Amino acid sequence: MNPIGPFHFYTERRLVQLTGIKACNLSELLEHVKDVPGSSIFYHTHHRFLSHHFQKPVVYNDFAVWAFHAVQAETLSEKLAILDLREFTSIRQLRESIQSLIESQLQESNGQSRECLPGQEFQFCKSKSFIMPTGIVAENPADLLVKLPTITNVSLYFHFVEARLRMERLTNDFSQWLNAWGEKALAREINSIDPYGLTLDELKSAIVKLIHKHGVA
Amino acid sequence: MATQLAQYEEVVGPQVMQELSIVADHVGNKRLQNINSTPVGGGVAELLTRMVPLMRELGVDTTWDVIKGDQTFFSVTKAFHNALHGKSTEITDHMLDSYRATTEMNLREMKFTGDVIWIHDPQPAGLIAAKQKAGGRWVWRCHIDVSTPDRRVWNFLRPFVEQYDASVFSMPDFAQQLSIPQFMVAPSIDPLSDKNRDLSENQVDQVANKFHLDREKPILTQISRFDRLKDPLGVIAAYRLVKSRRDCQLVLAGGGAADDPEGFEVLQEVQSAAADDPDIHILLLPDGSDLDINALVRASTIVFQKSIKEGFGLTVTEALWKRRPVIAGDVGGIRLQVLNGVTGYLVHSPEGAALRALQLLSDADLRRDMGENGYQHVKQNFLLTRDVKDHLLAVLALDHPDEDVVHAD
Repeated sequence: MNPIGPFHFYTERRLVQLTGIKACNLSELLEHVKDVPGSSIFYHTHHRFLSHHFQKPVVYNDFAVWAFHAVQAETLSEKLAILDLREFTSIRQLRESIQSLIESQLQESNGQSRECLPGQEFQFCKSKSFIMPTGIVAENPADLLVKLPTITNVSLYFHFVEARLRMERLTNDFSQWLNAWGEKALAREINSIDPYGLTLDELKSAIVKLIHKHGVA
Repeated sequence: MATQLAQYEEVVGPQVMQELSIVADHVGNKRLQNINSTPVGGGVAELLTRMVPLMRELGVDTTWDVIKGDQTFFSVTKAFHNALHGKSTEITDHMLDSYRATTEMNLREMKFTGDVIWIHDPQPAGLIAAKQKAGGRWVWRCHIDVSTPDRRVWNFLRPFVEQYDASVFSMPDFAQQLSIPQFMVAPSIDPLSDKNRDLSENQVDQVANKFHLDREKPILTQISRFDRLKDPLGVIAAYRLVKSRRDCQLVLAGGGAADDPEGFEVLQEVQSAAADDPDIHILLLPDGSDLDINALVRASTIVFQKSIKEGFGLTVTEALWKRRPVIAGDVGGIRLQVLNGVTGYLVHSPEGAALRALQLLSDADLRRDMGENGYQHVKQNFLLTRDVKDHLLAVLALDHPDEDVVHAD
């Protein structure tokens, strides 16, 4: 009987919730970024990871996409797009960084910003997540290697990305669990993977590869 | 596994059906009652016809009732519909009284048996008055484009809407400032319906022959009502530009013009613009032509949806599902479906449409790749199974109004 316990894979179903709040220019965007719920900031910086992608998008962040296309704030867009989401351990920090970038842009332009065309407003959404068990369980690190390929991308996303930032855990769920099993180097290496530079399929392969490399199987 | 579930599983795969079953299990014994204004005709009836049996097979107790109303009531609600779409429409006090009177009559006659009651669109929205007596949770599902609603009608409806426990809209652009939660559930198509199910090449050939189409020559098609907002004249202009460089045929197929004075006018304009070009086929299709429409899209090389204004645009979804690249106006819900350069092209003029059509006609590999992307995009995002899952999640959400993360063990 091991004292750590098995790893239970969970998955997430999400329903998009509309806030009815919209922005037509950068001043309005700033105003609402300060006030909208944290789940809205999370949604607009993360939902594209879960979309089905035909090619890996360069920009995942809705704020950056909107700044570029709707109000032609190209510099701001680039600065928003390069934000390293791994550096944030809370939505509050992420919100403050986005807010500060928009404020700087508005200062540089003396508070002026273009109005977007009708129909191109930034529509603030958020998501309601339902966390449900998948029934898939890994008994030990070797078993994790067996079970990982069978889980869905949504489940992987939940344990690797969402658990950390949205649930404000210090690390991803796999690393936390492997650490408890004494697989500290493996846990560290998995935690150093940048999920934002990979598709979820690639992320899964990277984790599997590291477990192999550490000879856990 | 029951027959219909097995059929869907063949299309969407076991993972999707498994997910649906898990969500349905969480909904458990709750009874869902849908109420709309018509048993046949229109998108909502089409959706409920397919959704209700699927929910039942998933073990969710689901029923569907229809309100009663006379011609006056439905002409009032049609005016509401146009006004909510942003079309200038005269709304009189008499019309509002007629809406209230029919609502009262239905309140007396209807039985509200659901634990969760889904009211579809504005026609039955006033039934919320029964909530206190009937109990349960009430959801207003708005299927129409309310991005720029006429204020008078919206201000009339809003007090009804805000008594619901939640509302559901089809796109972020349709969201309103409301005191109740608003969820987004994108529209969907049913892959097993006559309009979308697989057809044999032989069936496609038969329909092409019936309409005198030459399958050896590229076919450009737009399926839509004869409506100026769908820009059929722009499609003809685009076709002419293409035709001057490459031989092809144009199909403009749609229905519903007979009882719609403006539609009839537009049809005449289209016929006149087509003149005597034997390669332009204007097809006025009667109700019940779903199999013909399915085959026409499958016979097409490229599908246009050159709308100037569009709600969601399910005709685009239907074409993408049949692996056809779509050239479409850069408006409304089309933007969610036509991923520019991936599943088709977004254009802003007949010239843009012609340019992209010429590009696609000269590159069979590009057509094939875009067609496959379009199919996958619809499979992931716009099929009935996803719609049902979202509806069931919305039911679960009603029990957790203040939580962003719900642990549903």
